[in-house]
Amino acid sequence: MKARYFIPLALATLTLLPGCSPKGASAGGELELQNVSYDPTREFYEEVNAAFVKKWEADGKGKIKVIQSHGGSGKQARSVIDGQQADVVTLALAGDIDVIAKQAKLLPDDWQSKLPDNSSPYTSTIVFVVRKGNPKGVKDWADLIKEGTQVITPDPKTSGGARWNYLAAWAWAEKEYGGDQAKTLEYIKALFKNVPVLDTGARAATTTFAQSKIGDVFLSWENEAYLIEKQFPGETEIVYPSISILAEPPVAVVEKNAAKHGATEAAQAYLQFLYTDEAQEFAGKHFYRPRKPEILAKFSSKLQDIPLVTVDKDFGGWEKAQKTHFDDGGTFDQAYGVK
Amino acid sequence: MPKQRVIPGFGLSMGITIFWLSGIILIPLAALFLKAAGLGPSEWWAILSSPRVIAAAKLTFGASAAAALVSMVLGLLVAWVLVRYEFPGRKILDAIVDLPFALPTAVAGITLTQIYAPNGWLGKILFEWGIRSAYSSLGVFIALTFIGFPFVVRTVQPVMEDLGHELEEAAASLGASRWTTFRRVIFPMLVPALITGFTLAFARAIGEYGSVIFISGNLPMKTEILPLLIVKQLEQFKYEAAAVIASGMLIVSFALLFLINLLQRRLNWQAR
Repeated sequence: MKARYFIPLALATLTLLPGCSPKGASAGGELELQNVSYDPTREFYEEVNAAFVKKWEADGKGKIKVIQSHGGSGKQARSVIDGQQADVVTLALAGDIDVIAKQAKLLPDDWQSKLPDNSSPYTSTIVFVVRKGNPKGVKDWADLIKEGTQVITPDPKTSGGARWNYLAAWAWAEKEYGGDQAKTLEYIKALFKNVPVLDTGARAATTTFAQSKIGDVFLSWENEAYLIEKQFPGETEIVYPSISILAEPPVAVVEKNAAKHGATEAAQAYLQFLYTDEAQEFAGKHFYRPRKPEILAKFSSKLQDIPLVTVDKDFGGWEKAQKTHFDDGGTFDQAYGVK
Repeated sequence: MPKQRVIPGFGLSMGITIFWLSGIILIPLAALFLKAAGLGPSEWWAILSSPRVIAAAKLTFGASAAAALVSMVLGLLVAWVLVRYEFPGRKILDAIVDLPFALPTAVAGITLTQIYAPNGWLGKILFEWGIRSAYSSLGVFIALTFIGFPFVVRTVQPVMEDLGHELEEAAASLGASRWTTFRRVIFPMLVPALITGFTLAFARAIGEYGSVIFISGNLPMKTEILPLLIVKQLEQFKYEAAAVIASGMLIVSFALLFLINLLQRRLNWQAR
């Protein structure tokens, strides 16, 4: 490149770098709230944000703007630890927020008790998505280890959603084999033998299954399953297994950041808004399970009632589950023969 | 009297150079090693010698070398066609070569995967021959060839343009056949540029992440690349382990690149 082009170009690039442009919490007299979330909540929060902005103004609190950021849950947690100015986090796993509390000390360790229902305003579960007509006849977890059935799931090491998949499969197998750990691990081994691709995140796995048409069964968030049905009408079916897991994606105010931005009140109001009837309706509309029973009931024709295990009761909490299954040398590594 | 220089003020220009290099390359790399230094030598060894890291390293360096080699051969051919022949659409073809530089690698990865997947256009045909292209180490090789090959074209092309026809004419007048002319006259002059192209393609391939994770299938011990392994350590918030793998990768890469550079200097010297 010629030198005389280089300098103006370099300057132009510099001004485009996000860190270089002046930015504050209250740019232009407008309060800015940053919600750092995980992959499949994009559409849900778009709607929540619009409603919250309207309500905040109607309450006479002034103008507010909510910025959303989406990505793999672990990656998002890391960017908050490394300095992304999130005022609230709405992630896939309590463990991811725990790390923000423990490593970066941006919020207290007992954050999960600050809001009702374990700080999870909506829940979800893991279901099977199969091709139209269910050609492989997949009904339950046992069918996933059949010869010639390809299963798509993201990698539990990189995807929060995949950890729920994994624990749901584990819970079924443990029950099926009467708690026999060796047999349970055998099942997991057989299951992952049928996995041809381990995508790094839930959305990438959705692309693999729905767009690239790889695999027979896709282990998916319930809401993502219905999104696929909407996006690719008539191509897929949803199968509810005999047992699954109660996924509780938690939310929290990143207290230090919010205080720094003068957005503490707004951040708290934003998360409390998630528990209102209005937001609970949005959750149901986007195929999350609302916590309010009367609103959940409205969506019960879709969001079927099946037995759900929980991480706290059946796996001894996230910290333990993470260590036993997903840390290096855990059961997932054992299933792949990696030590 | 001091020698006249093109850019005035050696002190100032050198100062800016060092400042930029420090801010952009040296300090971040030093920080990486510092992070990794939080662990002792035995932990370094335990991480770097684990079967999983070794398997990923083999795939990463192996596929990168293979892809850079193939890029070298194909790149030479493409450069030759672009320099030596006039044909309609040459300029467009010339511009197309640069596209892999500009395309976001994730887009490249998704596109390649769609095409080479068992039910994709090309993947279907390969699959019938019993070749698994996507979700195998072959897929990794395909992605790395895609992102690496423009480097070879762009380093060989200018050298080829400068060659001139006199040497060839001289060789022909002395009775050399066309093949002999190519082998004994033209090719040796291209070798240094080819090696530079190989080195660049190889270095680029080792660190490539975006395109590979879509096409490789990411299966541990089988189709997992080193950069993905680093990301997986980060996902577990193990910054130090990630830094150790990254540092190990850097050391090996630097050693390899340094050796290739030495080799190139020798060849350059011999060619003269």
